[in-house]
Amino acid sequence: MNAQALLNIAYLIAAVTFMVGMKMLGSPKTARRGNQIAAVGMAIAVLATIFLYDPGHEVPTFIYVLIFVAIAIGTFIGWYIAVTVDMTKMPELVSFFNGMGGATAALIGLLEYPHFLDSPYKIAMIVAGLVIGSVSFAGSMVAWAKLNGTMRKPIRLPKYNVWNTLVLLAVLALAAYIVVTRPESPVYLYALFLLSLVYGVMFVIPIGGADMPVVISLLNSFTGLAAAFGGFLYDNMAMLTGGVLVGSAGTILTIAMTKAMNRSLSNVIFGAFGDTDLTGGGEGPKGTVKSINPSDAAILLNYAKNVIIVPGYGLAVAQAQHAIHELEELLESKGVNVKYAIHPVAGRMPGHMNVLLAEANVDYDKLVDMDDINPQFKNADVVLVVGANDVVNPAAKKNPASPIYGMPILDVEDAKNIIVLKRSMKPGYAGIDNELFYNPKTSMLFGDAKDSITKIINELKNM
Amino acid sequence: MEGFFQFINDNIEMIYIVVLMIFVGIELISHVPAVLHTPLMSGANAIHGVVIIGAILAMLRMDPHNYTGLAIGFLAVVLGTLNVVGGFVVTDRMLEMFKTQK
Repeated sequence: MNAQALLNIAYLIAAVTFMVGMKMLGSPKTARRGNQIAAVGMAIAVLATIFLYDPGHEVPTFIYVLIFVAIAIGTFIGWYIAVTVDMTKMPELVSFFNGMGGATAALIGLLEYPHFLDSPYKIAMIVAGLVIGSVSFAGSMVAWAKLNGTMRKPIRLPKYNVWNTLVLLAVLALAAYIVVTRPESPVYLYALFLLSLVYGVMFVIPIGGADMPVVISLLNSFTGLAAAFGGFLYDNMAMLTGGVLVGSAGTILTIAMTKAMNRSLSNVIFGAFGDTDLTGGGEGPKGTVKSINPSDAAILLNYAKNVIIVPGYGLAVAQAQHAIHELEELLESKGVNVKYAIHPVAGRMPGHMNVLLAEANVDYDKLVDMDDINPQFKNADVVLVVGANDVVNPAAKKNPASPIYGMPILDVEDAKNIIVLKRSMKPGYAGIDNELFYNPKTSMLFGDAKDSITKIINELKNM
Repeated sequence: MEGFFQFINDNIEMIYIVVLMIFVGIELISHVPAVLHTPLMSGANAIHGVVIIGAILAMLRMDPHNYTGLAIGFLAVVLGTLNVVGGFVVTDRMLEMFKTQK
C-alpha cells in the first residue's frame, strides 16, 4: 500500500519537473537547468516504476535483470551517439531519438493487446498508441534519412495525396474493426502495425528536405500523443502528463515554425515545394554571375563600416563557425561594425544557426533576428552570405510562381555590396534558382566556406 | 453508448488532466524566442521518452514464460532508454553552448 503511495508521489514529482523544465527551456538563461530538472524527474519516475510497481504477482528476478540490462544498453548507445555526433547533425539526431520513442509506444501496444481484450476502451487506447507510435517511428526514420543526405530528393508517386489518403483510410478502418470486434488472434494487430509503418513512410517521403524541421516537430508531438495513450492504458499519471504536455507544446511549436516560413501546416504536408518545376518554372532569372577572389573580398570588407553576415546551412556543413567568428573579431578590431542576421529557419531547424555560432563563442548580442535586422541592410556596406540560399532569395517576394513565394526573407538586396560564399551554382534545399546571384551588386566567392573565410582572414591580416 | 458513459465516469479525472495539460503546454511554449525552438523541440523530445515507463510496466506485468513477449519488451525498453538518454544529453549539449552568453 505504501509502495503505491510512494510511486504516486514519484509520478507527481516527475510531472512537476516536466512542466517546470519545459517552462525553463523557454528562456536562454534557464534553459540548460530546465532540461536537467526534467531529466532528474524522468530518472525518479523510471526508478520508482521498477522498484515500486506491484503487478499483482511475483516478478522473477531475471525480469528485473533484463530491464536493467536493457536500460544499460540504451543508456550506453544513446549517450555515445548524443555525445559523439557533430553539432551540424543535431536535427537528424532529434528525429532519430523521436523515432525510438514512437517505436517504444508501438511495441507496448503489441505486447499489451492480448491482456485487455475484455475492454473496448483499453483496446482503443492500445490501437491509438500503436498507430500513432508506428507512424511517428517510420516517419522519423524517413526524416532522419532525408536530413542525413541518404535520401535527398522528395519521392512522389503520381497522385500521392490520393494514395496517402487511401492508406490512411485503410489504417483507420482496420483500427476501428479491431476495436469493435477485438479478435483474439493478434494477426489483425500486426497487420495494422505494418500498415501504419507504411503510412508513416508515405506521409513523410513526398515532403521536401527544407520542410523537415516542421515534420520532425509534428512527429515529436505525435510521439507525445502516443505516450499519453499509454498513460490512459495503464492509468499512469507520469506518462499521461508528460505525453499530453509534449503533444500540445509540440503542436504549438510546429505551428510557430510554419508561421516563421509563412506557410500553413496543410501546405507543408500536402505539398508545395517541388510540385512546381524544380528548375524554377522556366522563367528562372538568368544573367551573368560575377565572381570575386578572396583578396578583393578582403579589401571590400576592410573599408566597410557596417558588415552583416548571413549564415546558412552551408556554414554548418563547412564547419566554418569558428572561422567566421575569427573574421568577425578581426574586422571588429579594425573598427568595422559586424552583425549576424539570423533567419528563423536558416539551417535545418529554427535556432540551428544560433546554436552553431554559440558554439564558436559568438557574442549573443551580435545575433540579430530577421525583423530587427531587415531595416539595417540599407546601411550595410557589405553583406556576407555564408552558405545561405533560400532565406535570401528575392523570388519569395517577387515571383508568385515560386514555391517559396510568401516566405519572409532577409532583405540583403538593400545592401551596397553582397558577397556570396558558395560551393557552386547549385540551387538550395528548396531546389530553386536564386536571382540574387545575378544581381549586379552581388559577387560570388566560390569554394568551401571555411577555406574562403580563412583566405579572407589571411588577406586582411596583411593589410 | 452505456459503455461510453461508463468510460467517462471512470476516467473523468484523467480527462480533466488531459484538458489542463493541453492548456499548460500551449502556455509554456507561447512567446518562446525562435533561438530556442531547436533546444525546446529536443527537450520535449526527451520528455516524451516517458513512454519508457510503459515498456517497463509491460515487462513487469508479463508472464515470465512468454519469451517472445519478453524479447519485444526488452527491445522496447532499450529503444525507450535511447529516446530518454539521447534526448536529454543532446539537448544539454546544445544548451551548453549558450552558457557563456549573457
